[in-house]
Amino acid sequence: MPEQNKSKIALWWRNLNVKHSLGLSLILLVLTTVLYFALQPNLFKSGTVSHLLTSNFRTWLPVILVTVGQAIVILGGGLDLSNGAIVSVGNVILALTVTTVDEPGKNILMVLVVIAFGIAAGFLNGFFTAYLGLQPVIITFASSFVYSGLALLLLPSPGGNIPREYTTFYRSTQFLGIPLALIVIVLIALIWTFFRRRKYGQFLFAVGGNDKAAYTTGVPVTWVKISTYVISGFLASLAAISYTLLTGSGLSSSGDDMTLASVTGAVLGGISMSGGAGSVLGAIFGGIVLGNIRNIISTLKLNSWWRTLVNALLIVLVLAGPGLINLLRRKKK
Amino acid sequence: MNDTNIQNKKRFTISPPVTALIIALVLFLLSGLLPNGFNDWASALRQAMNILRLASFIAIIGAGQTLVIISGGEGIDLSAGSLVSVGALITYILINGNNNLILPVLLLVLLTGAFVGLLNGLGIMHLKISPFVMTLGMSGVVQGTVILLTKGYYDGKVAPIMTQIIARDLVPGIPGMIFVWIIIGILMTLLLERTRYGKELFAIGVNRVTARLSGVRVTRMVVLTYVIAGALAAFAGFLLVGYTQNAGPNLGNQYLFPSIIAVAIGGTQMSGGKGSYFGTIAGAIVIQLITSLLTTMQLPQALQQIIFGSLLLGILVVYGRDKSLRA
Repeated sequence: MPEQNKSKIALWWRNLNVKHSLGLSLILLVLTTVLYFALQPNLFKSGTVSHLLTSNFRTWLPVILVTVGQAIVILGGGLDLSNGAIVSVGNVILALTVTTVDEPGKNILMVLVVIAFGIAAGFLNGFFTAYLGLQPVIITFASSFVYSGLALLLLPSPGGNIPREYTTFYRSTQFLGIPLALIVIVLIALIWTFFRRRKYGQFLFAVGGNDKAAYTTGVPVTWVKISTYVISGFLASLAAISYTLLTGSGLSSSGDDMTLASVTGAVLGGISMSGGAGSVLGAIFGGIVLGNIRNIISTLKLNSWWRTLVNALLIVLVLAGPGLINLLRRKKK
Repeated sequence: MNDTNIQNKKRFTISPPVTALIIALVLFLLSGLLPNGFNDWASALRQAMNILRLASFIAIIGAGQTLVIISGGEGIDLSAGSLVSVGALITYILINGNNNLILPVLLLVLLTGAFVGLLNGLGIMHLKISPFVMTLGMSGVVQGTVILLTKGYYDGKVAPIMTQIIARDLVPGIPGMIFVWIIIGILMTLLLERTRYGKELFAIGVNRVTARLSGVRVTRMVVLTYVIAGALAAFAGFLLVGYTQNAGPNLGNQYLFPSIIAVAIGGTQMSGGKGSYFGTIAGAIVIQLITSLLTTMQLPQALQQIIFGSLLLGILVVYGRDKSLRA
């Protein structure tokens, strides 16, 4: 009986690894979380854990959202280097227009405008890459300049003031002790699991794995590819909303760091850069792992002159990770 | 659908570099119509020289970019901007106004650029990281290193000879930088058209598998190309500081995107395998003219960014579709 049990666990683990490529990101998630908690001095005081959960997830939510978007684009065989710039535009629009609580109608309208912008920008990326058949990296790189230029044009110097009522709502809302940001993440995970097993999920993996084969079997390749960029743009606009609620102000370069962070998070989450393999759950884990590592680095109390270098090295090392593992495997053989 | 139709028809075509030069000429004449433009031949010539001198920096950064982009495999060097800054900073701090130190410092600048290029190339070829992501990441590492080493404080001076050659006129009316540019232009064209390296570069750009099968050492070629590109970017920083007379940790960033668009305008295919340095030269002149026009019209920097981004999108749509896989 125990042997059968063991093989069941082994089977489950293999499934997790092979079918969803979640194994490594789960290990990393557990490791970094344990390490992070171990470094917290007041861990066993009541309320510390809940406080840490709330403060961390509200900070991580923007990056996790863009990471999920990036993961879907990469799964479909593309890359979106403009998601950070879309976040900047959304952040700037909200900071400029949402100034009082007295006009809820206008505020809701502006949130819708931001979401519409994200979707439109994503569609534009998809149109150029999938419909016109151009290289995704260079197209989204070029469009990122258009978007970030737009953000800079709208708000040349940092400013804006989001009403405190809204930021407090974002920062401290909880349902049954679960922070709002975590609920959003769980919702996204649920939506993904819903679509993963249905037609869309199948199409997405087929297109990312081999788009020519997918085309010959009747998958609407162009539309699936366009949809990945639209989803990425949509999630970037949600990231803009949460980022604005988090910081309460606008900055035309707010999303600049998120582009590379989203790629890093996706790689940490076990998404294969060549497309067609990985899981959005992994991307969520990857985003959390990235947040954990950054937290751990910040508890080291490094001299601030080191910060840029350490962050950049971290990103390069993570990106090099899969390649290094492959290289070592080949050497063993 | 009617691809075959189009191919059968004999179409009147102008090569992209020539198109770019015509656009440059039109833009230049247009800039003469602006209120503070030129009204006689002498001032027109002076204006033209000034544009050429500014364009030369974009074109020299674009030289390495051209090689990397021709090498294919979605090749691009996004670390070029921060390498320009590093080249400029090393020159500025170490030379400190001393003519005798120019050669050793130049060597150090080239080696630094080549080393970063080597890391880029190794990461891309051996660790299979996408060039965009790898060079963008390295750009951050380079910037972080600069911040750590200078701690935000730097002081120095450019050597007098450099000022003499780069910033002033060597022959009355023609800045010395133009001659440096002509030399680099000739060397680059010879490298691409007349050497084995050039032939193999185009070969790996068109198709890496067939290149490997016909005996090209693809990995070595790609790594070497990134090394050359890194060295050229750092060298551009060395030249740039001779012109600006002052370095800063962000000096080169504003040149990165123009250098890429210059390559694209010049007809070098972004997917690799096709291109020329002559095209990049023409592209750099167009980009500098647009920048100057926007500056004289006093339009904000942000608008320039939007225009450059849209321009690149437009060029990609016009030139970039030869290799597309339309599903």
